[in-house]
Amino acid sequence: MRTLLFLLKKEFLQISRNKLMIRMIFVLPVVQLIILPNAANYEMKNINMSIVDHDHSEYSRKLINKFTSSGYFQLTDVSGSYKDALIVVEQDEADLIVDIPQGFERDLIKDDKAKIMIAANAINGQTSGLAVNYANSIIKDFNSEVRVEWIQPPRLNPQPAIEITTSNWFNPKMNYKYFMVPGVLVLLVTLVGFLLTAINIVKEKEDGTIEQLNVSPIKKYQFILGKLIPFWILGNIVLSVGFGVSFFVYGIFPAGSPLLIYLFAAIYLIALLGFGLFVSTLAETQQQAMFISYFFMTIFILLGGLFAPIENMPNWARILAYLNPVSYFIEVMRMIVLKGSGFTDILRYLVIISLFAVAFNALAIFNYKKTV
Amino acid sequence: MKQLLTFIRKEFHHILRDKRSMLVLLGLPVVQLLIFGFAITTETRNASIAVLDNSKDEATQNIITRIESSTYFDIDRTLVSNEQIEKAFKTGRIKLAVVFQPDFQNELLHTNKAQMQIITDASDPNQANTLTNYISAIVSDYQQELNQNKNLPYTINTEIRMLYNPQLKGEYSSVPGVMGMILLLISAMMTSISIVKEKEIGTMEILLVSPMKPSIVIASKVIPYFIVSLINVATILLISVFVLGIPIKGSIILLSFVTILYIVCALSLGILISTVTSSQQAAMIISLMGLMLPVVMLSGYAFPVANMPLILQIISNIIPAKWYIIMVKDVMIKGIGIAEIWKEILIIIGMTIFFLIISLKRFKVRLQ
Repeated sequence: MRTLLFLLKKEFLQISRNKLMIRMIFVLPVVQLIILPNAANYEMKNINMSIVDHDHSEYSRKLINKFTSSGYFQLTDVSGSYKDALIVVEQDEADLIVDIPQGFERDLIKDDKAKIMIAANAINGQTSGLAVNYANSIIKDFNSEVRVEWIQPPRLNPQPAIEITTSNWFNPKMNYKYFMVPGVLVLLVTLVGFLLTAINIVKEKEDGTIEQLNVSPIKKYQFILGKLIPFWILGNIVLSVGFGVSFFVYGIFPAGSPLLIYLFAAIYLIALLGFGLFVSTLAETQQQAMFISYFFMTIFILLGGLFAPIENMPNWARILAYLNPVSYFIEVMRMIVLKGSGFTDILRYLVIISLFAVAFNALAIFNYKKTV
Repeated sequence: MKQLLTFIRKEFHHILRDKRSMLVLLGLPVVQLLIFGFAITTETRNASIAVLDNSKDEATQNIITRIESSTYFDIDRTLVSNEQIEKAFKTGRIKLAVVFQPDFQNELLHTNKAQMQIITDASDPNQANTLTNYISAIVSDYQQELNQNKNLPYTINTEIRMLYNPQLKGEYSSVPGVMGMILLLISAMMTSISIVKEKEIGTMEILLVSPMKPSIVIASKVIPYFIVSLINVATILLISVFVLGIPIKGSIILLSFVTILYIVCALSLGILISTVTSSQQAAMIISLMGLMLPVVMLSGYAFPVANMPLILQIISNIIPAKWYIIMVKDVMIKGIGIAEIWKEILIIIGMTIFFLIISLKRFKVRLQ
């Protein structure tokens, strides 16, 4: 026990001596947590639109008006032909073309049907899909307005209609930041904890101080604990600072029990740091440790379910996601913070993350050889 | 010149000797591109939903079958009460619940009005929206079929064209993004670490008291990594064309040219990081923590820049990856020429010069 205390004292001294590091450990996450969640927004506003109006009729003008007054679209270009409009899209000045053919109004009134063409820049499949949906619903609205103008509405609605009411639970205002903030916080805690531990033992190797530790009577588990505990505490501090930021900047207070979050975080950090230590025992130089961490971090982060829902991934990628501790913490964080899930709801995840913790730390201890 | 070559040789020895790092440096972009190219898709699939059918008649069965036969949803049939639905949301088992009111078909046929409710887990608002839209579309299809014999007058038909990416493949937007991220992070990380390492070990002082000019010392550090990055670009492009099936529509020479400019820019950023830090640990924290999330989130890779608040749109301009991603999309997917992207090219060159000037200034200060 006393040996461990001395080791801990040494680690804390080393950490506190490096002022630049301490500043980075706290400032980088806070700044990023304040800035980054604002970037995440799938709600489309001001989609740049190009209009090609061959008809120049009252109806075509009305339709264009409906587009521009909807709030979704911004008229950035009026072209004489579809070809010209394509060039505008190529230059990234518009993402959607609405082409109204000649005789639109006449066809609609005389032939009972008319045609409109919509073309969208579909490099990003998702946003273009949304843009087309918005455009379609505007045209539909316009269409029913036209109908009302020409047909006397019958007293009784002759057509069966299914009324759909939607309720959005846990986030009724559909605020995307509520979704992002807990996830980004998890990523930041993960980055700090993982990078610091991954490079730590390697540094002792590179500096040669590990040999001094190896010839001392310190036991393997004491050594690993001595490395783990300081960063575990740091990780919890970063998490708490992050909660402060999410409350004061975003007004997010966990709907569930904060204690439950800390319980999960405590085990999660043990798992994460264990993995960091494992990487550290694998690498010979800090450079190697860094490359290996980079490799795992990008995969952990991008497959963590923050940027793309895990259910949408192909099967093999979902299996990878099950092996990713980050995805569990992101999920649990959202469950507790947004949905107010309780202990029994997250029990499954708690068990899984405990298994990770045991496995990673066993690997790290096993792989740390006291011989040179 | 001969000195420079000797030094580059020395650097290459350092790199080649370290097999593990080599493996990571050359293998990592391949693995990442494959994983992200295939895995990060925004197409909805297999979303777990619950159906609470309080009516159990022909109409509701019909709608449920339609929902089931779409690839978007997996129906969880075990839920039979409202309380269970809330529980299922809280354990994260379902993303959406559809509730039919009792007497659904009766109401629909006799009063011409029936009600159903969609409850979503809006903790992910984007997915909640998407799923709701899919269900609504399925229901309105069903409705249209009910009314099909009555042809509506005054109908506007819309013809929709999806430009550049008619199959709406996710890879078209993820591959340029992954390229921007991988090249920037790897290049910045490699150079900053390898320069700072010499500082930490103390060999930097030996190099600086030698008759070599500082710029040559730095150049000899950067050039080998430049070559490593070129190999990475080649493999990335080969994979995206032959494995991910994304054709290079524009000129491959132009694409290579802008990629080389971007690598040089990323390497200069690495040099800049190495001049402001003195330990490998600090260099690592800056180049990984400082770059990774901002590059992913602000470059337009994960979220469209146009949707961001104005301040973030302004901030996003200082991220080199943003400009590179625009250029890759323009040249590779849209197939347009240099006339349309000269502005982005100038911005990347300007950033490179800016990074180099600052590093040069800081570097000299350290010499005294």
